[in-house]
Amino acid sequence: MNDLTLIRKNLFRKKLRAILLTFSIMIAFLIFGALGAFYNVWTAGVDLAAANRLITVNRINFTQDMPIAYYSRVQSVQGVENVSHANWFGGYYQDPRNFVQTFAVEPETWLSVYPEMVMPDDQRAAFITDRTCLLVGADLAAQFEWSLGDRIPLNSNIWQQNDGSSDWDFNICAIFDGAEETAPSNYAVFHYEYYNESLAFNRDRIGWMVVTTTGSDINDAVIREVDALFANSSAETETTTEAAFNKAFLEQVGNIAMILLSVIGAAFATILMIVGTTMIMAINERTKEIAVMKTLGFPSPRIFRMVLAESVLLSFVGGLVGLGLATLIVNGAAGALAGFLPGLSMPMDVVGIALGLMLALGLITGVGPALAAQRLSIIDAFNKH
Amino acid sequence: MTALYTLTDLSKRYTRGKESITIFEQLDMTIDQGDFISIMGPSGSGKTTLLNLLGGIDRPSSGAVDCEGTRVDKLSEGKLAKWRSQHVGFIFQFYNLMPTLSAAQNVELPLLLTNLSGKERKRRVETALDIVGILDRKGHRPAQLSGGQQQRVGIARAIVADPKVLLCDEPTGDLDRNTADEVLETLQLLNRELNKTIVMVTHDPAAAGYASRQLNLDKGRFVETGAA
Repeated sequence: MNDLTLIRKNLFRKKLRAILLTFSIMIAFLIFGALGAFYNVWTAGVDLAAANRLITVNRINFTQDMPIAYYSRVQSVQGVENVSHANWFGGYYQDPRNFVQTFAVEPETWLSVYPEMVMPDDQRAAFITDRTCLLVGADLAAQFEWSLGDRIPLNSNIWQQNDGSSDWDFNICAIFDGAEETAPSNYAVFHYEYYNESLAFNRDRIGWMVVTTTGSDINDAVIREVDALFANSSAETETTTEAAFNKAFLEQVGNIAMILLSVIGAAFATILMIVGTTMIMAINERTKEIAVMKTLGFPSPRIFRMVLAESVLLSFVGGLVGLGLATLIVNGAAGALAGFLPGLSMPMDVVGIALGLMLALGLITGVGPALAAQRLSIIDAFNKH
Repeated sequence: MTALYTLTDLSKRYTRGKESITIFEQLDMTIDQGDFISIMGPSGSGKTTLLNLLGGIDRPSSGAVDCEGTRVDKLSEGKLAKWRSQHVGFIFQFYNLMPTLSAAQNVELPLLLTNLSGKERKRRVETALDIVGILDRKGHRPAQLSGGQQQRVGIARAIVADPKVLLCDEPTGDLDRNTADEVLETLQLLNRELNKTIVMVTHDPAAAGYASRQLNLDKGRFVETGAA
């Protein structure tokens, strides 16, 4: 027997209470782990944004397009390293429920501004030269079981071809992967030329431009100059860094961080009160036993540590079970949501924060009862009972 | 006989609100090594208070508690805890065993304060349980034991660290006559065979009869009522 035996026995002396407490802590960390993983992948775009990459959109909002002529004008701005452009195609495969995130892009420059799109050289060359090539992300290819050489139709709810058809035929000639595990590969891109020449309407327009600068230190100057080029035109532009653009895009959905923090904060505040109150009650019930231990010669600091360790142990037992379950849920959902949230997994920083929270929860809920136990007067405790 | 405890000019007063209550004043007492002392007296006479002072779980208002040259009343809280663990065994009226621990684990508790190995602790626990005649119940929890058996576990816990003195507060107060006699015989055995000094507070004259020295504490003064 050692102190840990005593701590464990005291913690689980009332099994139902211990189970309910563990369960409530488990739920809090299950919520934290799962939401943390989703939040991490949701905001991955902000984290993955290149420091020298800018996004130029129509000033009205990013769903409004711009003339293709803007593209060549931006290329001439001092400090611009490369420019590409894209249009939202939308698209679905066979059934409207099989949504495929697809963009019409200028192929060569697109691969230059997004060097994190990794593929074999022959596929890269094939994509640049084949006008009907669809460059597919690995996650997307896995989702629909596509492979190189497949010819597939994509339908667009927005864009019709000039023959009246909304079916667009593609040849999968390249499959890319992200240079980093968290980089998205759940979308596809194809030639702007193929798109533009086939369109029944709205030709020679682009949705947005992606600009890389020669260095992030000149971003502000490039932003000013690009937007100045189109000031007072029919389609004024707004240029921001990619990180700011991604962040603003996410915030269109709502302040996800605030929502998550509110949910997690409410869960933890509740748990803090429940566990804290229960620990105080548990120690009050054991007043006489603590007095006996002190009488036997257990020093007060050791009693303090044992009581504190009890609540820390409780926090870690519940927390680790909750985090483990969250990992199982996240891993289970990763396959099903690969198309929407690629790279969904339990990030190590969420695990690290969770471990820190477990320790904090244990210490905060345990320090009061531990101090009470430490300060307990033997005489008062025996007189009380 | 060698003096184990020397109490000099011992006073204990409590303050309750604005009222000051004197339990005893200028009490002098010597307890020799190997004594088996019973202390009787009316409720509120200070019997338990005296026991607490001897055990270093309470401090006198004035005067000295000396145990083999150590001024117990002057020790810091940390040193007092260590002193208690090494010198004193406590036996309580209501046993005060840990309900979640087995008999053996309860007895082992004081040994967690030593540097003994697990094997040595186990040996000592079994010896202590054997001395009080309850080794066969070592795996039982307190709730699975009778009152007499629980008190035997309490005695084993008190002697397992081999203290010189056992302080017993109404050790048979919760037991029937026969069981009480068995417990008292065990205490007598510990006194005679292992030379444990025992100070026992009791209301029961029959229990007091087992002691070698019988004291009556009344109005803050000791009256020696008998000796075996």
